[in-house]
Amino acid sequence: MFGYYLTLALRSLRRNPALTALMIVAIAVGIGAAMTTLTVLHILSGDSLPGKRTQLFFPQVDPTPADLYNAHHPLNMMDYGSAVDLWNARRADRQTLVVQSPVKVSAPGVDRPPMMLTLLATTSDFFPMFEVPFEYGGGWTAQEDKNRVHVAVISSDLNDKLFAGQDSVGRTIRLKDSDVRIVGVLEPWRPHPLFYDVEGSVTGNMVSMGYYGKPEDVFMPFFAALDVNDGNFSQFTCWGRGPARPGHLEDSPCLWVALWVQLGSAAKVADYRAFLNNYAQQQKAVGRFANTDTRMLDLMQRLDYEQVIPGNVKLQTWLAVAFLAICLFNMMGLLLAKFLRRAGDIGVRRALGASRQAVCAQYLAEAGMIGLIGGIGGWLLTLSGLWLVRRQQMPYSDLVHVDVSTFIITFVLAVAVSLLAGALPAVRASRVAPALQLKTL
Amino acid sequence: MQIQPILAALKQHKLATFLIAMEIALACAVLVNALSLIVNRLSAMHILSGVDEASLGTIVVTGFEPQQVNDLNARMITGLRAIPGVESVDVITSVPFGGRGLVSGITLDRKHYDSVIEFYVGSPGTPEALGLKLVAGSVPSTDDYQPLVGRDYFPASSRVLITRALAGRLWPDRNPLGKEFWMAKWQFRVSGVVANLAVSRYTEYGERGAEWCVFVPALPGGQLAGTYIIRAQPRQLDRVMVAARAAVAKIAPGVVLDEEDSHTISFLRARFFQADRTMAGVLVGVIVALLAVTAFGIVGLASFWVAQRRKQIGIRRALGAMRMDILRYFQTENFLIVSFGIAIGVALAIVINLVLMKFFEVPRLPPWYLPIGVVVLWLLGQLAVLWPALRAASVPPAEATRTV
Repeated sequence: MFGYYLTLALRSLRRNPALTALMIVAIAVGIGAAMTTLTVLHILSGDSLPGKRTQLFFPQVDPTPADLYNAHHPLNMMDYGSAVDLWNARRADRQTLVVQSPVKVSAPGVDRPPMMLTLLATTSDFFPMFEVPFEYGGGWTAQEDKNRVHVAVISSDLNDKLFAGQDSVGRTIRLKDSDVRIVGVLEPWRPHPLFYDVEGSVTGNMVSMGYYGKPEDVFMPFFAALDVNDGNFSQFTCWGRGPARPGHLEDSPCLWVALWVQLGSAAKVADYRAFLNNYAQQQKAVGRFANTDTRMLDLMQRLDYEQVIPGNVKLQTWLAVAFLAICLFNMMGLLLAKFLRRAGDIGVRRALGASRQAVCAQYLAEAGMIGLIGGIGGWLLTLSGLWLVRRQQMPYSDLVHVDVSTFIITFVLAVAVSLLAGALPAVRASRVAPALQLKTL
Repeated sequence: MQIQPILAALKQHKLATFLIAMEIALACAVLVNALSLIVNRLSAMHILSGVDEASLGTIVVTGFEPQQVNDLNARMITGLRAIPGVESVDVITSVPFGGRGLVSGITLDRKHYDSVIEFYVGSPGTPEALGLKLVAGSVPSTDDYQPLVGRDYFPASSRVLITRALAGRLWPDRNPLGKEFWMAKWQFRVSGVVANLAVSRYTEYGERGAEWCVFVPALPGGQLAGTYIIRAQPRQLDRVMVAARAAVAKIAPGVVLDEEDSHTISFLRARFFQADRTMAGVLVGVIVALLAVTAFGIVGLASFWVAQRRKQIGIRRALGAMRMDILRYFQTENFLIVSFGIAIGVALAIVINLVLMKFFEVPRLPPWYLPIGVVVLWLLGQLAVLWPALRAASVPPAEATRTV
C-alpha cells in the first residue's frame, strides 16, 4: 500500500511542477541553513574528554584584597602561593597547574629562524589527566617536576617544523636561553573547545584566539619553565604596586596561575570542596586572604561560565531555526491549499471505502517525498554553507567538517520537517466529507 | 472596495489564511531584528580609527632581552627608515586594530576603578605620524617625552592626549583639559583632546569603549620597544611593508618578526572586523532567502486560490465586474492577510528583541525599524500577488458558463 501511495504522491507532485519545485526549494534552503549552523554549533560545543567531563574540576579561591575592583570574584586565576599550596596538598586524584607564556624557540643544528610560540608551564599529571595522545616518547615524572628538570614535550606541528616529523625524542630545543631535552612528541591534538586554558588559546604573542585555537606548542615542567622563561610571564591581574619585576611573578601580588583537578567520585568532590573552603578560611585566619569565597566548577559548567561558544554562532543558529520555521509555515499553507483542492478525489476515495487513516497516510507520503527530495537539496546547500564557513578566517574554520551523521541528520530533519508541515493538511484532507464532494462532482 | 465579501471568502480558508499570516509574522519579526543587527554590525565596523590608515603599517618583533632594547630600537628605526618610500618610523606600544595593546582600568579618585581603557605609549613624532586630529589643548611638547624607568610601562607623571569619547566618559560636560587620572602608581594629566583614536582590541566594555584611548608620550627604551609604526605614501605602502618585513632579519638578527601582526593598518582593520563582516553577510543572506521564500509562498497560495475560484471569478465578470475589480479583489485580500500577519509580527519582533537582549549583546530595537519591516512586507505581498491577480483578472466572463 505504501508503494502505491508513493506512486500517487509522485503523480501528484508532477501535476503541479512549479508548486512542487517551490516547496522543495523552500525546504532545501531551510534545511541547508539550519544544518550549516547546527553543524558549526555542534563542532564548537565539542566533546573534549567525554569520559572525564564529570571528573575534571576547576577550583578557585580569592586571594585579592577586599577592595579590588571587579565584579566576578573569585577570579579565574590564583596567585603563585595559593596555587602551589593547593597543588602540593595532593588532595585530588590528579592535579595540574597551568600557565601560558610566550617563548622564543629554536633548535641547535636546525637552520630556521627562531619562532615565538606559547609555552605551557604545567605538571606531570597534565598528560594522563587530559588524555593527551603521544606520537613519540611520553610526559615527564612527578620527580622531574620537583627537580626542575629541563625537559619538554612538543606539539606535532612544532616537530614537523623543526625535525620534519621525525622521532625527535632525546634531541634538544632552545627555549629562550636554555637548552631543553625533548622527552615526548604529541600526535596532532586539537581539543575543541580548548577547555583547560583559562583565557582560551593564545598565539606566541599572547593574543587571544578564543577557545578554538590550537593548543600550545611546548609543554614544560611547571617550576623548570618558570626558571627557563623567567621575565616573560604576564599577569591576569595585580593589585597594590604590582610585580616588582615585570614578567617574574612568583612573589608578586598577582593572579596568574590556574589549577585543574581530577576527582573520581562524588564523595571526593565533596571532600575537595571542604578542603578548598578550609584552605580559604585558614588563609583568612593568617591574614593572607580578605575573602573566603571559593568556587569549583566542573568542566562543562566551566565552559558555560566562560561562554566559550561565540555569541555570533548561537545567534546564527537561532536565525536559521527561525528561517526553517518560516519555511515550515510556507510549506504547510501550500500543502493545505493543494490537498484541499483535491477534495473531489478524496471524496471518491473515501466513498470507495478508503478510511480516514488511509487518506491521511497517502498525503503524508506525499509530504514525506517532498522532504526527501528537499533533503538532497538541503544536503548540497549544507555542503556549500560549510565550505563558506571554512573559507572564513575564524580560529575554528579548520575544524569544520562533514561526516556521515551530518548526512543522515540532514535527511531525517528534512523528512521530519516535511511530515510536520504535512500533518495538519493531511488531517484536514482526511476530514473531507465524501457525500458533499460527490454531490458537487 | 468592499471588504466584507473578502473576509467572508477568507473565512472559508481560515487555516490557510492563518498559516500564511504566521509565515508573514515570523518573516516580519526576523526581518526587523536582522536589519537592526546588520546596522549594528556595520556601525561597529565603521568606527573611525582616528589615524591615517591608508598611510600606516606596523612591524612587530619579539624575543629580545630587556638589555637589548636601546640597541634594537636604534637599529630598527635606522634600518626601517633606510627603506625607500618610508616617511617616518616611530616606536609605539600597539596600533589600532593590532591586538596586543596595553589595556587597564583607570581611576579618577585613586579609589574606584571604573573605566577600562587602552594606553598607547609612543615616541616623539608619533601623534604626527599617526595623523591624530587635535580638537582641544595641545600636542605633547618635546619635554613631555620622558624616559621609561626600569621596566615601568609609563613615566611617573605624564601629560597625555585623550580621545573625545574618553573625555565624555570621564568628565561629561566638563572641560577635560588639565584634569587628572591614575592607573596604579602612574599619574596622567590631560594636555589635549583628539577627535578619534580606536583601540587595538576590545576591552570588556566592547564596542562602547572602542574609542576610550589615551596617548602617553615617552622616549623609546625600556618597555617601549619592539613595535614600530611606519608611515609611507598610500600607494607605496604595500611595497614598503614587504620590504620592511624582509629587512627585519638583517636589521636585527636574532629577534623574531611577528608575521601575524606586522601588516598595514587597513589589513589589521579588515581582520579585526572579520567576524562582524561574516555576521552581516549571513544576515543579509537570511533576509534575502526569507523574503524570497515568503514571496513565493504568497505566489503559490494565491495562484491556487485563483485556480480554485475561476468559476466564481467568471460569474462576477459575467455580472459586470471589471477586470480592475478582480485585480483589486486579490490585492485587497493579500493586503488584509499581510496586515494580519504584520500585526502579530510586530509584537513578535519586540519579544524576540527582548529575548536577544537578554541572552546576547544585542542593542534595543530602534522603534523606526518596525515601520520599515511593515512597509517591506506590504510591498512584498503586493508584488507577489500581482501575477496571480493579473491571471485572475484575465479570466473571461464566459468561464461562468463552463464546468458548472
